[in-house]
Amino acid sequence: MASLLKVQGMTHFFGGLRAVNDFNLDIEKGQICGLIGPNGAGKTTVFNLITGVYTPTEGVIELEGTNIKGVETHRIAAMGLGRTFQNLALWRHMTVLDHIRMAHYSQLTYGLFDAFFGTPTARRQEDEIRENSMKLLTIFDVSQFADHIIGNLPYGAQRRVEMARAMATNPKILFLDEPTAGMTPDELVRMIQIIRQVHRDFGVAIFMIEHRMKFVMDLCESIQTLVFGEVIAQGPPEEIQNNPQVIEAYLGKEDLH
Amino acid sequence: MKLLKKFISIFSVVPLAGWLLGVFTAVLAEFYLGDLVSYYLYLPKIPVLFGTLFMLKEPVLIPSALAYDLLIYIIPVCLVALLTAPAMNRVAALLEKTPLWLATLIHLIAFYAILHMWAGINDYRVIVIKFTLISIILTISLNIINGYQGEFSCSHPGFMALGAYASSTLTLLLFTNDKMFGEALLPPALGPWCFPLVLIIGGMVAALGSLVVAIPSFRTRGDYLAIISLAFLFIVKSAVENLEILGGPRGMSSQPGYATLPVVFLWTALCIWIIHNFTTSIMGKALNTVRDNEQAATSMTINTRKTKITAFMFGAFWAGVAGGLFAHVLRFVNPSSFGLQKLAEILAMVYFGGLNSIYGSIVGAVSISVLGEALRPLELFKWIIIPLILILVMIFRPHGLISFTEINVKEIMRSRDKHRAEGAE
Repeated sequence: MASLLKVQGMTHFFGGLRAVNDFNLDIEKGQICGLIGPNGAGKTTVFNLITGVYTPTEGVIELEGTNIKGVETHRIAAMGLGRTFQNLALWRHMTVLDHIRMAHYSQLTYGLFDAFFGTPTARRQEDEIRENSMKLLTIFDVSQFADHIIGNLPYGAQRRVEMARAMATNPKILFLDEPTAGMTPDELVRMIQIIRQVHRDFGVAIFMIEHRMKFVMDLCESIQTLVFGEVIAQGPPEEIQNNPQVIEAYLGKEDLH
Repeated sequence: MKLLKKFISIFSVVPLAGWLLGVFTAVLAEFYLGDLVSYYLYLPKIPVLFGTLFMLKEPVLIPSALAYDLLIYIIPVCLVALLTAPAMNRVAALLEKTPLWLATLIHLIAFYAILHMWAGINDYRVIVIKFTLISIILTISLNIINGYQGEFSCSHPGFMALGAYASSTLTLLLFTNDKMFGEALLPPALGPWCFPLVLIIGGMVAALGSLVVAIPSFRTRGDYLAIISLAFLFIVKSAVENLEILGGPRGMSSQPGYATLPVVFLWTALCIWIIHNFTTSIMGKALNTVRDNEQAATSMTINTRKTKITAFMFGAFWAGVAGGLFAHVLRFVNPSSFGLQKLAEILAMVYFGGLNSIYGSIVGAVSISVLGEALRPLELFKWIIIPLILILVMIFRPHGLISFTEINVKEIMRSRDKHRAEGAE
């Protein structure tokens, strides 16, 4: 099978600091992969490099065979790379429905002129998008909040809105940056179900950063461990869990004295 | 408080059409009985702005002026609005069945007719209304940049100056015989018909000028952009001050009086309509996403650069149009009309009325302009009272009076029949 997202030899420097070194990734269609590592290992930087927030110093990034290195973030997103953020990046003055509507931005074909005069073309598209957005809200079980301002929602619901928003961009691969950060055990179980559902119903590939081992073990087919910008281990969950290097990175070296 | 609530609930059955009819009777009453009533109340003439000018100049006249307001405005408006409420509710219900644009148009025409009659009493009123309408355009257009897009732009008077000078140059050059540009190049009779085009060109010039601020906004935000925009304002101002061809510090005068009340009203209505369409569309809401979280916006496929440029150019365009109207209402422009004083005025209107809201901008623009005129006799104290009100608003409502609310035309015009309302619930 041809790979969906391919990253080869990605290296990035922040000034003199080597944040990511020789990172490789190969995700196939419909695969779920995980990225783990201690705090400050550069996991989010890897996300930001692939999604185009930063341009890597070296390396090749290809989405379905097209180069996306150095392409603007919004274009990469429109090409089918959706993402969520570690600390919920929501638009605090907007309603839940508007969040989902906005994520359809790249699918608009009408121009500014249509927006100014509210032409039938514009209205038809807006109506379609509104309908589609409501469907997405129903799938993620937040349709009852459609007209609420996002800040008034419970935390778990905000997370689901963010996920629904990412799905509205029609992604082929979804990047989840710590989807369970700060969640209660109940919300966590719910999140696992939702990720499974998204994976099954939309057929997207998923690449996630996660700290909770249970979560990663449950969902991922393959895991990479990043320490100080370098991948030290890669493989199926069971293997990673028992890898001495990974244990050392997380827990420190065993004292032999 | 309880009394007030009861009072409001009595009037809650009156639809917009009913209020319009009430105001119409009041204006009619003033038209026919105004002279008589003011004569018997010992007022020298019909009070221009609800008698505030008399009240502040000669406190002895306060009871008379208040009595005049009560007799001519408050009693007729309330009485007619209440009495005709059932009939007007039926009219409103009928209008609800027609297409929205038709119902809106009918309301607008009725509103304009009232405004025209009210203004017909006195030329001063015409001027006040024209400047108020122009402030509405200015306020909404600044709200696009400062409210919807969330930057702090100080260059609005600069954009306005660009529009004012560009359109003045065009009308003086093409349609009038004057000292600066000589003979008219086109027959002056064409002038009023080409005026919209002239205004649009003025707006375009302002929009082009706004690129000077829009392009730095890709990389800077907040205070730094505010300084850049302030610098732009001073550049424009000193440029027109030093360009002899534009009249230098003396400015340009004797513009043809194309900006009549209906023209200004039409442009204001058009501006509100277009900006409302834009800000409720996905393309326009992109401005809000850039304001609230730019990184999220760009990750959600939104082209932030295009959005920022659009916000600035669109806002500046309307500021340019407002500038063109301003120049042709005053029939005189000079650089000092576009200084910091003007900036403070527009900013006050935006922040008083409310960010991210066309509705709020209209309220802000109307209240600050009318208050400014009404308190004119107080001279210096005016500039103590208005800022004081602003401070109070900022303390109790930090985002302005009416923020983050969109106009819902349908809701405003709907019939307010009690039975139907209960049935709906």
